[in-house]
Amino acid sequence: MKKHLLLWAAYALVLVLLPSLFSSVLGISILNQMTIWILFALSYNMMLGQGGMLSFGHAVYFGLGGFMSVHALNLIADEVLVFSITLIPLVGGVFGLLAALFIGSFSTRKAGTVFAMISLGIGELIVASSLIFVDFFGGEAGVSGDRTYGPAFFGIEFLQDSEVYYLGAFWLFVATLLMYLFTQTPAGRMANAVRDNPERAEFIGYSTRRVRFITFCAAGMFAGVAGGLFAINYEFITEENLNALTSGRVLLMAYIGGLGFFIGPIIGAVILTLMNSLLSNYSEMWMLYLGILFLLTVMFLPKGFAGFIMMHRAAWNNGKMGSLVLPYCLTALPAGLFLTAFIGMVELSHADELLHFLSMDLANDSAFSWFVLAMLAAIGAGGVKLARPRLAAAWEHANAAAQEAKS
Amino acid sequence: MSILTLDSVCKRFGSTEIIRDVSLAIEPGEKHAIIGPNGAGKSTLFHLISGRYNVSSGAIDFKGEAIQNLPPYEIARRGLARSFQVTNIFHRMSVFENIRCALLWSEGYRYSFWRLLGKQTALNARAHDMLEQIGLADKADLPSGELAYAQQRALELGIAVASGAELIMLDEPVAGMSNSEAENAVALIRRITEGKTLIMVEHDMNIVFDIADRISVLVYGEIIATDKPEHIRSNTRVQEAYLGEVPNDA
Amino acid sequence: MNEVFIFATLNGLVTGLLLFMLASGLTLIFSMMGVLNFAHASFYMLGAYIAYTVSGYIGFWGGLLIAPLLVGALGAGVERYGLRRVHSYGHVAELIFTFGLAFLIEELVQFFWGRDTKNYQTPELLDFALFTLFGQEFSAYRGFMIAISLGIFAALYVVLTRSRVGIIIQASISHPHTVANLGHNVPFIFMCVFGAGTALAGVAGVIAGPVLTTFPGMAVVLGSIVYIIVVIGGLGSLPGAFIASLLVGLLQSYAIAADAGMPELLEWLGVSFERSHPLNDLWTLKLPQIAPVLPYLLLILVLIFKPTGLMGNREE
Repeated sequence: MKKHLLLWAAYALVLVLLPSLFSSVLGISILNQMTIWILFALSYNMMLGQGGMLSFGHAVYFGLGGFMSVHALNLIADEVLVFSITLIPLVGGVFGLLAALFIGSFSTRKAGTVFAMISLGIGELIVASSLIFVDFFGGEAGVSGDRTYGPAFFGIEFLQDSEVYYLGAFWLFVATLLMYLFTQTPAGRMANAVRDNPERAEFIGYSTRRVRFITFCAAGMFAGVAGGLFAINYEFITEENLNALTSGRVLLMAYIGGLGFFIGPIIGAVILTLMNSLLSNYSEMWMLYLGILFLLTVMFLPKGFAGFIMMHRAAWNNGKMGSLVLPYCLTALPAGLFLTAFIGMVELSHADELLHFLSMDLANDSAFSWFVLAMLAAIGAGGVKLARPRLAAAWEHANAAAQEAKS
Repeated sequence: MSILTLDSVCKRFGSTEIIRDVSLAIEPGEKHAIIGPNGAGKSTLFHLISGRYNVSSGAIDFKGEAIQNLPPYEIARRGLARSFQVTNIFHRMSVFENIRCALLWSEGYRYSFWRLLGKQTALNARAHDMLEQIGLADKADLPSGELAYAQQRALELGIAVASGAELIMLDEPVAGMSNSEAENAVALIRRITEGKTLIMVEHDMNIVFDIADRISVLVYGEIIATDKPEHIRSNTRVQEAYLGEVPNDA
Repeated sequence: MNEVFIFATLNGLVTGLLLFMLASGLTLIFSMMGVLNFAHASFYMLGAYIAYTVSGYIGFWGGLLIAPLLVGALGAGVERYGLRRVHSYGHVAELIFTFGLAFLIEELVQFFWGRDTKNYQTPELLDFALFTLFGQEFSAYRGFMIAISLGIFAALYVVLTRSRVGIIIQASISHPHTVANLGHNVPFIFMCVFGAGTALAGVAGVIAGPVLTTFPGMAVVLGSIVYIIVVIGGLGSLPGAFIASLLVGLLQSYAIAADAGMPELLEWLGVSFERSHPLNDLWTLKLPQIAPVLPYLLLILVLIFKPTGLMGNREE
């Protein structure tokens, strides 16, 4: 119990300290995006990781929550509503919940492919309607609002992005805590049981449909809260925030991070937000890299990055982590070289004549440039091949020892 | 009064009739075994009683209430629990969680999302108690998918009986076990079904005659005999079904 | 009125048959491997792009021949080196893998061919009006599309029901283990079916490219509709996929052609609203506007009332 309290305190502390570490405009802007995406990815994990429901339309709840929040901002600006904008995420949450209550009432009967297809259909339906109902969704331009109206919150008017960060971090902390606690309740545990074995769950007294419905609604609500944070941060929202692209992105985050673990989506959201905001500045190809990263994760790390970390528990328990460090480095170095050369080739093929890469000036019409990169890639690939047996042996050793200790 | 009665129950899949006009009455506290050749419809009968399949016709009463065609969870809530022939557990959850989940409904937790399981001392104590009984206390935190086969069968049994149901149905509880494992399992079944009603399907005749108060013989979807074990042994129709044709003089 | 109806039917038929060409491959793959291939429409897009490039060298007909073969080989490779590995992690992982693949192929297409629309043309040979009805021309190319789709179905039907290969495939669908025990190489059959299914998608891409324009978004445009068709028809059912394809094709075509909507309905009901009414968008809705939504509505209705689809009998 004490250990848990410490972890939560550390989490809060990190959230509070982050803006001091990354205080640049770009830094704060990335942190703000992270709060939104972490919260959204956690809510997605509730659905897929905890409840076993593969949704291709989770952005619906995020987007609807966001649209209602922007409309609420406008009503506050018009003084129709009078409350502090710090409560806007609640507006998003309520409408995310309402949407989930309605859609979940008929879509949670089955999990698996049928559920996935219904979620896809509903997602497309909402996107199509958003282009029809222009008054509410603002057409392709979207709707915009202004977060600086309404009663000030202890003198804070949210003119600065850093003020918005603390607001987002607060809601993120509260939501993370609530989502974690949900996993510890009868409903949360039964969600796992239904995910693992829906048939047996029915024979111990639970309606799988009701269990899924509860998880579905909770996930929809937290997605709505994330949508509310989005509304406050960007002060506008468009049809793009509820379409399949956004749904796909949150699926990517949760999966790359690791579905089975509570912390997984947080890792995934951090990685993808960083890639999105940093890589996109350097390369037009970043979506391509993202696609490759995703496929490699699905193929080689089915439990995501969190799962990869957790794989080392046995070795850690047995104090054998040290023996893995050197083999890891020996594999990672050539792998990094291969990756660098590969990226170099991708970038070179799309460069306008000259590419400044690794303090080399490469020309895309010079055979020599291509030759250098190809050689680097070959050396890297060869190095990985040489280092792999050693890594495998070290891994075997560390885990075998751990098993002995267990028995 | 009987705790469970089946009245002319039929089940058809398309045009094939799997269960034909089965009637049966089980008394409270009785240990009842259902035997029969492979493909006789024993598992189907279990599925009909426990709500996995709907009946095509006929009625099933449990404690004086009609339960035919109710969903499985409604039947389970009324106090009828079952195990499965093929191990059917929550494989990604820990052994302890498996048992605790099986306890939740009967302990009145329903779908609550405001109570933390960690704080439910009585519930957790009961789950641990159950683990002791099925001999898995030292495996409590292991993911149930990693258990050995016999241990998974013990867990399967534990999930079925944990809720404290009055009527317990076991589908081939010792299938695939070694002799010593089966012996342990039988002792376990005796212990945890004490004072309760038991219906079980089993192929091992030693175990059947050892445990059962009464035996029903199911052949081609029909019950051809229901009687005390000693009478079943001498029943010619049963011998016919099991040994093939009894030599015919005519 | 009549001419509108006839042309809407013909156009619906063209779309429906095109959709079926994708849906049939998707259904074959699903019934064998239990995987809904999310990247199926991406192979269709690859077919169009490869055919565009090939036709630049050896003309349209060469592209029609080569592109599907290349796409099929690519599909088989994806099955062999990607999907087969993911198979052991379960269905959700497989579904997610194909989802990621769709994403990656779209990026790759933009990488190799750029973001702009390609000027992929119908062959000159078919650049004439097949017939003129009520003063409107029906192009020979559309006739060709109908002919080639029907030809493929006939071939597919014959192969599946009459040939040895077809019998093995049908058996692997229902009893993969038995088929493996009989000594057939089931993984190899899987790879071939995946390759054949994607090759079919490639054909669809080659012939649709010139009419529906060849651009990086073409997979997304058609993709979700195709998945919806196989679900509406019933997962794993070829006849179901056929009916659903035509249904969706015609439904959309009629909705686009129909000049009716809420204003007419309201007038008929004798109700009227001010322009300033908050739901003005709803009261002025016309059928052509909601044409893109209709397949999704149909899907949701079918899944609610018959989760197995029109002709399906398996739940997952």
